Amino acid sequence: MRYSLTSLITQTLSGHKGWKPQWRDAAPKDEYDIVIVGGGGHGLATAYYLAKEYGLNNIAVLEKSWIGSGNVGRNTTIIRSNYLLSGNIALYEFSLKLWERLEQDFNYNAMVSQRGVLNLFHSDGQRDAYARRGNMMLLNGADAELLDRDGVKKLYPFLNFDAARFPIQGGLLQRRGGTVRHDAVAWGFARGASERGVDVIQNCEVTGIDIVGGRVTGVTTTRGKIRAGKVGLAVAGSSSRVAALAGLRLPIESHVLQAFVSEGLKPVIPGVITFGAGHFYISQSDKGGLVFGGDIDGYNSYAQRGNMPVVEDVCEGGMALMPSIGRARMLRNWGGLVDMSMDGSPIIDRTDIDGLYLNAGWCYGGFKATPGSGFVFAHLLAKDAPHPAATALRFDRFRTGAILDEKGQGAQPNLH
Amino acid sequence: MRIPCPFCGPRDITEFAYHGDATLTRPAPGDAAMHDYVYLRDNPTGVHREHWYHSAGCHAWLTVTRNVSTHEIVGAEMAHKEAS
Repeated sequence: MRYSLTSLITQTLSGHKGWKPQWRDAAPKDEYDIVIVGGGGHGLATAYYLAKEYGLNNIAVLEKSWIGSGNVGRNTTIIRSNYLLSGNIALYEFSLKLWERLEQDFNYNAMVSQRGVLNLFHSDGQRDAYARRGNMMLLNGADAELLDRDGVKKLYPFLNFDAARFPIQGGLLQRRGGTVRHDAVAWGFARGASERGVDVIQNCEVTGIDIVGGRVTGVTTTRGKIRAGKVGLAVAGSSSRVAALAGLRLPIESHVLQAFVSEGLKPVIPGVITFGAGHFYISQSDKGGLVFGGDIDGYNSYAQRGNMPVVEDVCEGGMALMPSIGRARMLRNWGGLVDMSMDGSPIIDRTDIDGLYLNAGWCYGGFKATPGSGFVFAHLLAKDAPHPAATALRFDRFRTGAILDEKGQGAQPNLH
Repeated sequence: MRIPCPFCGPRDITEFAYHGDATLTRPAPGDAAMHDYVYLRDNPTGVHREHWYHSAGCHAWLTVTRNVSTHEIVGAEMAHKEAS
């Protein structure tokens, strides 16, 4: 069923009794051309674009739990492309362009809201760094605006401009950045893929990757063996575990990233703001809750929950940036399992095993890349060659030295 | 989390800096295995051994045994004892 004003009116008049499930809860077949492991945002987007852009539909997406149960439902919903290195910005800008027409493309309301992402700076050195970043963004076809203190004040008069230690000097604004309704992204891609013949299979955990003579032949799952011509892994924080089933060791550690929501408030923050003197970022959801977060906890974790020191650190950042936040009560917080790569950038590439492809290493920034990641991974799976927007995201870049170290931190995944 | 520092006793996690996987062995310079040592990790679930530095305490390097799936800390010992 195509969603439109007509379908809404028709359903309203018939008491909303005719809505159908949005995707088929498929049972696994014996064989597929392509099996995608991981029914999160990236896996579902990959299947969607494989079907829509590359005309393939003998595809299964295998999810060990229910779709969208992982990071696509656990993030802070921000989209942006304010990166520095060309190898990264090409992908994120490609992704942002896909976000801009996504709802029309997959006929689903994902509440894409380009409300602007503002990165504040608090020193001359930081201003220079952001000016450089803004120039890199412009050179790569993204949008960027350097605001001075008055420019920021017009947008956000309630910020703590004259804090003794970190006065706000200005900010780098990307107006095309914003937020998206994250669950709807998973649902929209699942619906679009399912409509085009993709089997979205839930409660189906991959327990083995079958390899014969250096070539993938299929996967073993909790619901039986499935033969496959190609297998694509898009399992975020579980990447190391799943890749180990094929005997691969990855340049990735799994860490925990926490996010927080306050009680619902009247509209106060129109866009997304990041604090430049600590790690804190905040936006307000359409329901009114302040959605905010900061650093990863900083140690390996598969627990999907964090510890108190980071809660304290994030709240301190919030108080330093906008003291009025201290009046709001925190409603809930949660942790997600993030795949921190050794240089802070993702990997979308073939592996040494024929027919096995990897999409991993998203660190804590995978959500904004969802459509772009799906599109370029679909291209790689369909054509066996990298998409022009993802040529730098190679698996072997750590061996060759062509790393994409956006933060300049070296091989320290807990610092990226 | 609290780490039982052998020198200082149980101390809060905020006193420590994390350095990661303690199961790796540094290869000889120029060895082809250097790439694996610097970049590749087993990244296991369950009990893992890792290096923590008591930066706001006795400045000792510790080898901590910790369950990364539950955050339970099983034990900690001086890293140099293990190395010697």
